[in-house]
Amino acid sequence: MNFILGMLGSMPGAISQGLVWGLMAIGVYITFKILDIADLTVDGSICTGAAVCAVLTINGVPVGLSMCCAFLAGMLTGIVTGLFHTKLGIPPILSGILTQLILWSVNLKIMGKANVSVSSRTYEVLLSSMDNTWAIIILAIFGIALIVALYWFFGTEFGCSLRSTGCNLAMSRAQGINTNYTTVVGLALSNGIVALSGALLAQYQGFADINMGRGAIVIGLAAVIIGEAVFSFAKNFALRLLGVLVGGIIYYVVYQVVIYLGLDTDLLKMLSALVVGLFLGIPYLKKRYLRRPKRKGVKTNAGN
Amino acid sequence: MLVIENAYKTFNPGTVNAKTALNGLNLTLREGDFVTVIGGNGAGKSTMLNAICGTWPLDSGRILIDGDDVTNMPEYQRAKYLGRVFQDPMMGTAADMEIAENLALAKRRGKHRTLKWGISKEERIEYKNLLKILDLGLEDRMSSKVGLLSGGQRQAVTLLMAASLQSPKLLLLDEHTAALDPKTAAKVLDITDKIVESNHLTTLMITHNMRDAIAHGNRLIMMHDGHVVIDVSGEEKKNLTVESLIEMFNTVSGREFSNDRTLLS
Ligand SMILES: Nc1ncnc2c1ncn2[C@@H]1O[C@H](COP(=O)(O)OP(=O)(O)O)[C@@H](O)[C@H]1O
Ligand SMILES: [Mg+2]
Repeated sequence: MNFILGMLGSMPGAISQGLVWGLMAIGVYITFKILDIADLTVDGSICTGAAVCAVLTINGVPVGLSMCCAFLAGMLTGIVTGLFHTKLGIPPILSGILTQLILWSVNLKIMGKANVSVSSRTYEVLLSSMDNTWAIIILAIFGIALIVALYWFFGTEFGCSLRSTGCNLAMSRAQGINTNYTTVVGLALSNGIVALSGALLAQYQGFADINMGRGAIVIGLAAVIIGEAVFSFAKNFALRLLGVLVGGIIYYVVYQVVIYLGLDTDLLKMLSALVVGLFLGIPYLKKRYLRRPKRKGVKTNAGN
Repeated sequence: MLVIENAYKTFNPGTVNAKTALNGLNLTLREGDFVTVIGGNGAGKSTMLNAICGTWPLDSGRILIDGDDVTNMPEYQRAKYLGRVFQDPMMGTAADMEIAENLALAKRRGKHRTLKWGISKEERIEYKNLLKILDLGLEDRMSSKVGLLSGGQRQAVTLLMAASLQSPKLLLLDEHTAALDPKTAAKVLDITDKIVESNHLTTLMITHNMRDAIAHGNRLIMMHDGHVVIDVSGEEKKNLTVESLIEMFNTVSGREFSNDRTLLS
């Protein structure tokens, strides 16, 4: 009984963290699902957001403004990756890894050390792990606002051109879309959102840390995959984004339960990666062994 | 309308795979010309269309569309002059987007894409009427993802996107019926004729079918080794037969025309 109560007691914390990572996963969704790019910048940009927000806040900048700056800094990291990819022709995965490494140094320089504290006892922050109810409310508001904003954006003329870029490059260019530009904008938007979630995470846990982004892409992908599975009925774009947010929550609730069951926490990252790897492989395995014909768009830009 | 001057393009230069695909190509199209293009595999037909579209830069030569020198213009900027239908039905549309969304993308070709909503109410009515003309039942499926359509339906939608929503200066068709079954191919070709005629479009249509090449358009060119070797129009074109065309080709290329089944099909 105590065991169950203890586990339930840790649920509000799991939900808060899940919401933060769900927000972050919405950023991943933009690159991974819409642009069809696996962007590894996020492992660095989440920490950039946290670092910018923490450092500005402890230097007296109002937390709202600090978070805006974190968002902009995140966009900048996405632009760097986008330029590596579109201007230098470097494959997107490698572009992301390069930026990630750049950000390791940049993040250290921003913070001046490996860890910066922004405790809610000392500073005026928006949320903290001391008050999970409040944190959940704030994060839910952020999540809903973000989903509404993205639903609008991807329905606009410009947003549609981003979606078509991810769907069919050759066709997009033939329709007069500057696909280099849309790709860079998509990466910027995605990493802006990731950095914003980093800023929220720093406030929630009370510090920014140089290692906080390690493996973030895997958690983001896990949330995207769980969200798609749970909301597989959803045709509507806003609902699918909501699915990703819920996916983040489910991931962290399961995570808490697993910890409570006494699993060695050192193994958690490995297990996450294995589970995500398995789910990413499912479409391939299905095609290989089930032979169900399914039409899909062509993503090459080769002539014929 | 279109001028191609001394165009050269070699792929993989300086390697064993070097291939000169455009070899001093010259071609001038007058406004309203409907030119059919034939030629053996590897003659450089698709490469010519890619050069016009700006898929990659030419090694040398010039391309003018409607009097504008587009030689150094990136592909997405040239798109405002051009409508294009690819050979592969998957290439011309975005599979994960709705039919209406695809059409709306084409409607804005060459225009600035703003933060206004992607499809207006009036547009939906316009699209519905356009789709009705196709007579494929697509007018009731405007919110379906294009990926759910058959190859022929996708090609028909691509045609609308290339030629109907905005009149291009130049319509480029690259064996756009080759991947379709004969009945669907005939239907798509029929739609093509209607659209070209009603919008008075200047058109380049590559086809692997000599009969189609003779039956459509007012001018016929044959390509060989990266340039134009036969160019007939007017009365002469009307009187062409498959046999006379093969004879002309043999004379020009100086070799017996291989009994190319694709060309005679
Ligand atoms: N992107 C490319 N890279 C390398 N070689 C190419 C490329 N595009 C075309 N080629 C080569 O150029 C020649 C002409 O091709 P193409 O224009 O596609 O012929 P077709 O007349 O059959 O359409 C072929 O030998 C082809 O292999
Ligand atoms: Mg070809």
